[in-house]
Amino acid sequence: MTVRFLSSGDSALVVEFGDRIERRLSEEVLRLAAQIRRAALAGIVETVPTLRSLMVHYDPLKASAAELKRAIEALMGAKMRLEQEARLWRVPVCYEGGFAPDLAYVAKETGLAAEKVVSLHAGQRYHVYMIGFLPGLPYMGDLPERLVLPRRVDPRVRLPPGSVAIATTMTIIYPLECPGGWHLIGATPVRLFDAQLPAPALLAPGDAVEFEAIDKRSFAKVRAAVERGDYQVPHERLSP
Amino acid sequence: MRAALKTVAPGLHTTVQDLGRYGYQAVGVPVSGALDSLSFRLANRLAGNDDNAAALEILFQGPTLEVAADSLRVALAGGDAELELLAEGRRRVGGWRSLLLTRGEAFRVRGPSETACCYLAVEGGFAVPPCLGSASTYARGSFGGFAGRALRSGDLLPLARESAVERAELTLPQPPPPAREQTIRVILGPQADHFTDAALALLLESEFRVSKDADRMGLRLDGPRLAHRDGYNIASDGIATGAIQVPGSGQAILLLADHQTTGGYPKIATVISADLPVAGRRRPGDRVRFAAIEVEEAEALRRAQEVELAALSASFVPVGAAGGLDHARLYDLNLISGVVSGHE
Repeated sequence: MTVRFLSSGDSALVVEFGDRIERRLSEEVLRLAAQIRRAALAGIVETVPTLRSLMVHYDPLKASAAELKRAIEALMGAKMRLEQEARLWRVPVCYEGGFAPDLAYVAKETGLAAEKVVSLHAGQRYHVYMIGFLPGLPYMGDLPERLVLPRRVDPRVRLPPGSVAIATTMTIIYPLECPGGWHLIGATPVRLFDAQLPAPALLAPGDAVEFEAIDKRSFAKVRAAVERGDYQVPHERLSP
Repeated sequence: MRAALKTVAPGLHTTVQDLGRYGYQAVGVPVSGALDSLSFRLANRLAGNDDNAAALEILFQGPTLEVAADSLRVALAGGDAELELLAEGRRRVGGWRSLLLTRGEAFRVRGPSETACCYLAVEGGFAVPPCLGSASTYARGSFGGFAGRALRSGDLLPLARESAVERAELTLPQPPPPAREQTIRVILGPQADHFTDAALALLLESEFRVSKDADRMGLRLDGPRLAHRDGYNIASDGIATGAIQVPGSGQAILLLADHQTTGGYPKIATVISADLPVAGRRRPGDRVRFAAIEVEEAEALRRAQEVELAALSASFVPVGAAGGLDHARLYDLNLISGVVSGHE
């Protein structure tokens, strides 16, 4: 594997592990993020794991690109035992009626029954590759191959928060009301982002997610509990 | 009653900002913060604050505000922005200085004529609750700053101090120029190799103009189409402030403080940190030219800028000692009552 260091201005370095979306590359990205966090290298402000690269934001008054590149390369060569911090989340999703405006379209395009689309989507464990685009928005993969579709030609102007969507090899959840071009096949009543919490995003890169299909009644119940502040998304520590 | 600055009229887009919210980009939270961090820091220093104190960022048309505290020291910085004191003859006081106001005094901020933004710092800062470690407003996410949004009429902005410290007013005799025509320096990449050689040449040789599509997220630039080598989609990766991303249209977008943390369009180049304040000041219709430099040069320029900033702060002098008149003082003494305009 060839790792490339790319400058993005004088305050960010991109450590690029490859140019495609692969679990293996994501593991490398997350591993480096953990190593950097643990080494607490001088000048590094924060890191942002993405699908196949790690962006390292730094303070150019405290470290130069050349120094950081050397320090990061040294870390990558070092053997380091990393604690597993990732968690497995069981996120409830309602795939019914108005919550799933594109389910029929997805069924038609994939040649599957709507129930089959749901059972495929809810039937496996996803890896959180990255959080981005909007606060708390998780990019999760990989979708079962039979559900892989291109994005919509016409993005929607406004989507309700909690919308669960698919496109390409990924599934995402829109945390806020926003425009979007992915296919909406369900919605979750849980909140993915709350700026008032010290850890504002529910999910973190490296976490695992399973979707649990719920009906409209359970959706309403969970939503009410979320609003009262007495709902916890079921989760456990992932075993290494 | 708690000391506050009351919003009589909000202006076009007035928000509480600091130098940014760091540490949450990995969960999709933009950095936000002042578009023009240099003017922001000078406003705070003139007001007697730390660089990062919460202050108002004012875009184009300024707000009208009223002091609801025993006394309040303010400092305005950014281009030729001025304060207009509404009582007694609508007297104007130039920017780049501190000014002491008392309870009930109302003033309008006359936004800068050549740049997009100016900053109003108050002594002690605004006492907004920090959100994720920062006072910066991120309006799209509805959090930070004052109620997570731009100011509205009637808003009472809480002040950290009940009254002003007794001291002389300070002014910066030679404010930094707006640098409206300054070439903006970039480092090519991180995805320069996704563009044709012709596109790279066009980026550096052409004149672009800031389009009407300009906000705290970024400036869409009118100019030549920058052609991609093979396609315009990349696997989403991180975005640094100042990145120039080029979507399928070939139209460059210079990303600023509120930019999204990640994106799937190639970035042809990234503005150096020393030139971000200049980029953040540009307004629709302004010309933009780019020049490419190496990262070592950018680092040296940034260090030089910090030295320059320290020299600027060291050059603060008491108002009146700079060879200009202390209008505020004269006003207090009732020696003048007419309109005084422009810089001191």
